[in-house]
Amino acid sequence: MSQYLLSVHGNRDEDAAETRTMEDFQPIFEAVERFNERLRSEGAWVFAGGLQQIDRATTVDNTGDAPIVTDGPYIESKEYLGGFWVIEAADHDAALAWAVEGSKACQGKVEVRPFQDEPEA
Amino acid sequence: MSEALDVTAHAAIERIFREEYGRVVASLVRRLGGIDAAEEAAGEALVVALERWPVDGTPPNPGAWLTTTAARKGIDRIRREQRRDAKHQAALMVQDDTPHEPTGVVEDDRLRLVFTCCHPALAPEARVALTLRLLGGLTVAEIAQAFLVPETTMAQRITRAKAKIRDAGIPFRVPAADDLPERVSAVMAVVYLVFNEGYLSGSAETPIRDELTGEAIRLGRLLHGLLPSLPEVTGLLALMLLIEARRPSRLAGGELVPLPEQDRGGWDRALVAEGHALVRECLAIGRPGRYQLLAAVNAVHTDAPTAADTDWGQIARLYDQLYALDPSPLVALNRAVVLAELDGPEVALAEVDRLPARQAALATYHAFHATRADLLRRLGRSADARAAYDAALAATANPAERAYLTRRRDQLSGG
Repeated sequence: MSQYLLSVHGNRDEDAAETRTMEDFQPIFEAVERFNERLRSEGAWVFAGGLQQIDRATTVDNTGDAPIVTDGPYIESKEYLGGFWVIEAADHDAALAWAVEGSKACQGKVEVRPFQDEPEA
Repeated sequence: MSEALDVTAHAAIERIFREEYGRVVASLVRRLGGIDAAEEAAGEALVVALERWPVDGTPPNPGAWLTTTAARKGIDRIRREQRRDAKHQAALMVQDDTPHEPTGVVEDDRLRLVFTCCHPALAPEARVALTLRLLGGLTVAEIAQAFLVPETTMAQRITRAKAKIRDAGIPFRVPAADDLPERVSAVMAVVYLVFNEGYLSGSAETPIRDELTGEAIRLGRLLHGLLPSLPEVTGLLALMLLIEARRPSRLAGGELVPLPEQDRGGWDRALVAEGHALVRECLAIGRPGRYQLLAAVNAVHTDAPTAADTDWGQIARLYDQLYALDPSPLVALNRAVVLAELDGPEVALAEVDRLPARQAALATYHAFHATRADLLRRLGRSADARAAYDAALAATANPAERAYLTRRRDQLSGG
């Protein structure tokens, strides 16, 4: 079994143009919750979370003499990481199958990336 | 009550409200679970005060009255909202459940709030704005005007910073002893920035902004009261007081008057005495820092009955000490000015002319060009001095400084 990161990205321009209300999003929240339940019941769930808006980010750089803390994201970009799942899957195809479901549920594109290290068996 | 009296009474209440704002908001942030709730409650308390005080008279302790009233209003609001939405109950009843840890420094809600406002995870301009808003009680419009940005921009900056504090969970806490020196530095930087913007405004309209220097000194006094054992905090307050003391003589006929030419009889002797006492107090601790040394330089200046009596040797030693701590081109520039008094303008100019190669930022810094211009003038190099005055004029919008530089340039021979 390997672990995969399924990440969902937001877009500032799309956010700015967003006209839907919280109520409009309710079906999406419910679909994501159903997807999470499926991950749990199939033993694929490791961890998942939605992130606060990107302008709540803080960047820390301790590569120099002293740590430097700055307000804002590491990469200034229209796209940003909005939320993610960490899942356990037999192989990449199984991870992609979960991503297909996840993308449908959250109504967003999902990026699939395998973790570097094999988790301990 | 006549309308005129009413207006005066309202203005007096609003002045008290502003004075007490930081105390009221700070004490409510934890109780009500957030800055917005605290500010709303404080605003409601003001409405009640405007209604009651003209009738009942101003209470003996207005700050405590405002805090109690605001707390009651805030809790009422929470109860109303709980009834409306039971699901939010848990969220709204959030209390500060962090255990009370002895931090070794005075615990005060305003101190916690200062550290929240000046947190490194907030953008520097947001730290300044939040500190002035929450601790200083300035309105968003006043802060916007002070920093020459549109009110909507400033409102967004403050709203965004408050949202980040809330959503990112920036704590309302005095930092642990390990982080304290660095975090206090960030707070002092905010206070000194406010002071400097007031002392020599970047604005083309007003050369000195009393409201900002006054506010910075108020914050400096607050900080000193809360952290009396930190010598740099004492040094910062002393520095601001000793600069402020000279304010009455800094302007004449809309023109900036340089220190040697100032009417020393116009200096505020009470502020000078207070500043000197603070300088002695902090230097006695034996841990000199940037603000303490700058305060000491200003103490030497304000100690001299006339410009000719200035102990330049002492000032040179202080700048050497400062340069060892902070080898910045700005400190080097100031050290060179002292050299002119001790070893003559030629030596000082040689020192100044060695600077720009090291730091391009000086090229757009008006004091660099103004210093060069003055040294060149004293050496009789009129044409070079003229060019340097022009460069200094191009780098500053401050009207009093421009008036001074223009007069000096126009007095040069061969023009």
